[in-house]
Formats: sequence, C-alpha cells, structure tokens
Amino acid sequence: MAAINRDDVAHLARLAHIEMSAEELDRMAGELAVIVDSVKSVSEAAGDDVPATSHPIPLTNVFREDVVGHTFTAEQALSGAPDSDENRFKVPAILDEA
Amino acid sequence: MTETNSNQLIRLSAAQLAAKLAAREVTAVAVVQAHLDRIAAVDGGDRGVHAFLHVNAEEALAVAAEVDAIRAAGGAAAEELHELAGVPIAVKDLIVTVGQPTTAGSRILEGWHSPYDATVVQKLRAAKMPILGKTNLDEFAMGSSTEHSAYGPTRNPWDLDRIPGGSGGGSAAAVAAFEAPLALGTDTGGSIRQPGAVTGTVGVKPTYGGVSRYGAIAMASSLDQIGPVSRTVLDSALLHQVIGGHDPKDSTSLPDPLADLAAAARLGNVDGMKIGIIKELHGEGYQAGVENRFNESLELLKQAGAEIVEVSCPNFKYALGAYYLIMPSEASSNLAKFDGVRYGLRVLPEDPPLTIERVMAATRAAGFGDEVKRRIILGTYALSAGYYDAYYGSAQKVRTLIQRDFDAAFTKADVLISPTAPTTAFKLGEKLDDPLAMYLNDVATIPANMAGVPGLSLPGGLADEDGLPVGIQLLAPAREDARLYRVGAVLESLLEEKWGGPLLDRAPSLPAPALAETVPSHGGSH
Repeated sequence: MAAINRDDVAHLARLAHIEMSAEELDRMAGELAVIVDSVKSVSEAAGDDVPATSHPIPLTNVFREDVVGHTFTAEQALSGAPDSDENRFKVPAILDEA
Repeated sequence: MTETNSNQLIRLSAAQLAAKLAAREVTAVAVVQAHLDRIAAVDGGDRGVHAFLHVNAEEALAVAAEVDAIRAAGGAAAEELHELAGVPIAVKDLIVTVGQPTTAGSRILEGWHSPYDATVVQKLRAAKMPILGKTNLDEFAMGSSTEHSAYGPTRNPWDLDRIPGGSGGGSAAAVAAFEAPLALGTDTGGSIRQPGAVTGTVGVKPTYGGVSRYGAIAMASSLDQIGPVSRTVLDSALLHQVIGGHDPKDSTSLPDPLADLAAAARLGNVDGMKIGIIKELHGEGYQAGVENRFNESLELLKQAGAEIVEVSCPNFKYALGAYYLIMPSEASSNLAKFDGVRYGLRVLPEDPPLTIERVMAATRAAGFGDEVKRRIILGTYALSAGYYDAYYGSAQKVRTLIQRDFDAAFTKADVLISPTAPTTAFKLGEKLDDPLAMYLNDVATIPANMAGVPGLSLPGGLADEDGLPVGIQLLAPAREDARLYRVGAVLESLLEEKWGGPLLDRAPSLPAPALAETVPSHGGSH
C-alpha cells in the first residue's frame, strides 16, 4: 500500500473541511505515515473468500409503527444554532460571489 | 450530617445505599449532598481529580427530595419506586442531557445544550436516580488517557500525576474517588474497561445493541456501546438492568428481553464452568505486575471449581490495525455534522470570501483538537477512492476473522479471560506525543468491540512494581452478559477475601493533605 505524504494530507484536509497550517500539515503527515504503516498488515490478513462484516450483530428489516413520534418545535431545533433567522438556520453565502 | 456520616455514605456501594434508602435509615438528599460535598472537596483546584465538567447540584437535590417525599408518604407510589431510586449517578459528557451542557470534551460543542435526553438518561430519570453531573472524557471519546479533553485532563485518584485511562477517565475517576457510586460510560475500543482497569473500578461493555445508543454522540457507530461503571460487580449489574433493553429509537438495539443480571451476580458459583485464557492476550508486551495479578486470578478461579483452558485467537493480532481503520472511517463520517451550521461553534475566517465552505473549515480547525483531526484525516484516507478496498474493506474482513476466532473459542470455554490493559496507569504526558503508543493501550479490549461481544473489567489487585491497579477482563458470547456478572462476582469476592476488603480501601486518601487548604470550602463538610 502507498505511503501517505504531505500532499495527501493537504488534499484529505480539504475534503474533510479542516483548515490546516503548514506546520500542522508537516506534523500530521509524519504521524499519519507511522499509523498507516502500522495498519498495513490488515490488507494481507484475509483472503478473497472471507466476507466483510459491517455490523457485529446484524439485524434485518428493523421497522417501527408508522405513527408520528416526538418532534421538535422550530425553536428547540434552532436552540443551539450559531445563527438563525425566520425559523431557519442562517449560513454565510453558499457561493463565492457573496 | 456529620463528616463521619458523610464519609461513610460515599464509601457505600449502590446496592448498600439502595438498601439504606429503602429502610429509611438515610435520606436521598443526605446521600446526594454527601457526594456533592465530596466533589467540592476533591474535584477542583490545580491538583483536583477533575472528573467532572459540570456539576448538576440543584437538579440532583430536587430529584432526591422528590424520592424522600414519596418514601415518607408511603403507599403505592413508595412501593413502586425503583430499587435504585435516590442513588446518585454521574454521566459521561458524550451522552446528551436536557438541563445540563453536553460538550463531548470538545471546544466545538462548548456551551451547547441538547434539546433531548438520551434514552439511557430518560431511564435514569424514570428510576429517579439523581444525576450528579457530566464527566470528563477524551474529545469525542478519542483517546486512552482523558488527556485529549479540550477542558484539561482528569487525574487518577491512585496517583494524581497519572492518567485515569480513557476515554471515560472522568466516569472511572469519579467512582474511584468516591464522588459517585455509579457512572455511565461509552466503550468503542475499551473506553469503559481500560479506565476501570487503571483506576481499580468495575466497568462493563454490554453486548452490542444491548443498551440503546440513542443520544450518545456517535464516534464509530458499529463499535460504540453505552455501559455501567461502578465499584462492585453487583452494582454494574443493577445499573445495566436500568439502562438495558430494546429501544425503537436505536435501529441497532436488540429486541431481546433483558436477563436478570443482578441475579447472575448474586449466584456466586463458577463450579464446573470453563474459563478460557486467550493465548494472544497476555505474556509478551504485558507488564510483569499485570501478568502476576492475572495468574493469581486464574488460580483463585481454579480453586473455586472452574476449569481453566487455553484458547487461541490467531487473528487478534490484526484487531488493533483493523480497528484503527474502521473506527476513524466511521468517525470521519459521524463528525461531518459538526459544520458550524446547526449547533456549536462557528468561526469566521479572517480574510474574505466568507463562504460556507471556508466557515466550515475554519470552524472545524478551531473546534477540533489534534487527535480528532488525525482520526478524521485517517478515516477520510481509508474511505477514499482507490484505497477503500485495501483499507476499510480489508478491515471489515478482519472483523469476520475475529468473530470466527471468538466463535471457536466459545466452543471450548463459557467465558474468556485476559488482562484488561497491558500496563498500569502511565504518567500524564508520557504518551501524548506518540499516538501509536497510546493506541496500544486498547490491544486487549478492542476485539470485543469488533465482534460485538460483552466484556467486563474488574480490579485484580495492585502491580508489585508500582502499586497501581491491574484490571482483569472477562468476555462472554454475544447476548450472554449474565455470565460476566456471574464469574465477575465470584472472582471479586475471592479477591476481596484475600485482600481483606475492597481494593479501593488501599487508595491514598483525597484530597492530598498538603493541598487541602486550596480546596473550595463552599458546600464542604469540614
């Protein structure tokens, strides 16, 4: 498996929406390289015939009664929001031309 | 309430407190006040335990007063009170509560109040158990030392310069320091059991799905499990019965009825049971004092009539690596919701343009600590195109192999046993700059999360070389949590007989004498 480098970390940080300083990218790349190296053996552990397990105790067809349960008022839902307006979450501009 | 009485009350187990409350020998208000006084005396200051991020005194006393009033009035309402009504509890600050802040140990949620209660919190309220407050943790439960909390580390009551384990170091330390008889924790890779081991307390990770996760802020959804923290095995069983059972709000919640776990703890018999030593989870890499205490426990179980067998779980050597792919992958997805829009922190970038994307990136940069960032980046990497099969896909296959190892082991043994953690508590700061060394603390606890099986850690004594607590871990097949309590209670009673009392009787007294004057005196019992 490929090693992880500084450019990879910069790309991943952009994907994950985390701003990182040059110093942080350097440090993170070094730490992650060690961690990624240590988990390498995992890819050689299991053959193609071994199925994947996504949940330890799989349950299928988990349904509930089709009735209205507890719902929040707009006020409750917005109670922790950094900004709101007219019963809605308020965000900065979505596009660049703010 | 005199100081002596207060000091006696805080040392009682939950079961003992429940009996005294039912017999009306003591009031719930006195019990809660004794614990609040203890928190005031040992938790704050530069050298305080710092188990609590928030103390919920007013509400806890009000609930206690309500229980006392119901008991005083007698009649049907008093009869119907839950066995643990009036017994106080601390709640890990990863579990949401109405009326108290929930931070998850992160700056990104500083000051946030949940508009709803977690199912387990609703159950505590229904049982009228006063909630003393919210306990410290590694940020979003990511860590093994509580040093990754944005609000400062918790200290180990056995040695204030050492870590209390993590991520649930606050819950374990609160119980070990007699600030609470019971606490709730969450366990994704050992966050209930490893803090239990290094603080000389009991902690249980139930079968995956056995306790509702609704209202636990998710780290890795296929691994996370809420469970009890206490000083005795019976107390964990009693608390497990309060919080366990099916919850339609959690689609991974098991529909099974809950077994009588307290009865299992009271059974007190391991005669003829087969207990399997996991070959791969002791020996090399485990501290000598840990190994000695482990062998001593095996000898005691043998004398009590259990048959000790050896089992091999060859794929456990891949568990840690697979865990550090699956957990960050799921965490990177679960933590995407902290975007500065719906709750918590919002940070505006210094320069324009002020777009939502840049606000998110600035918010997450300021709000998340280093370990959270590391895991998000690692998870994003493991899930990215081109690497998914090699990393996340392979790790999921390893998960199948670990389950198969457990299945094979449980054909040879009723219960498995190992040390809970490879070492005793290390010094604060010792492993902070070495993430990989920190991850190795969870080597013995992770397999249970990977397979969904239940695990219990109980105190196994003190290591000869450093005098610090060692944890013994018991593992049972999925849905057989009762076996943990049955074997755990027997081992606990054999060990306490040998020690001449509970292990925590040997812990140094708090607050540390030289610093007693710095302790806040308000509400204190002095």
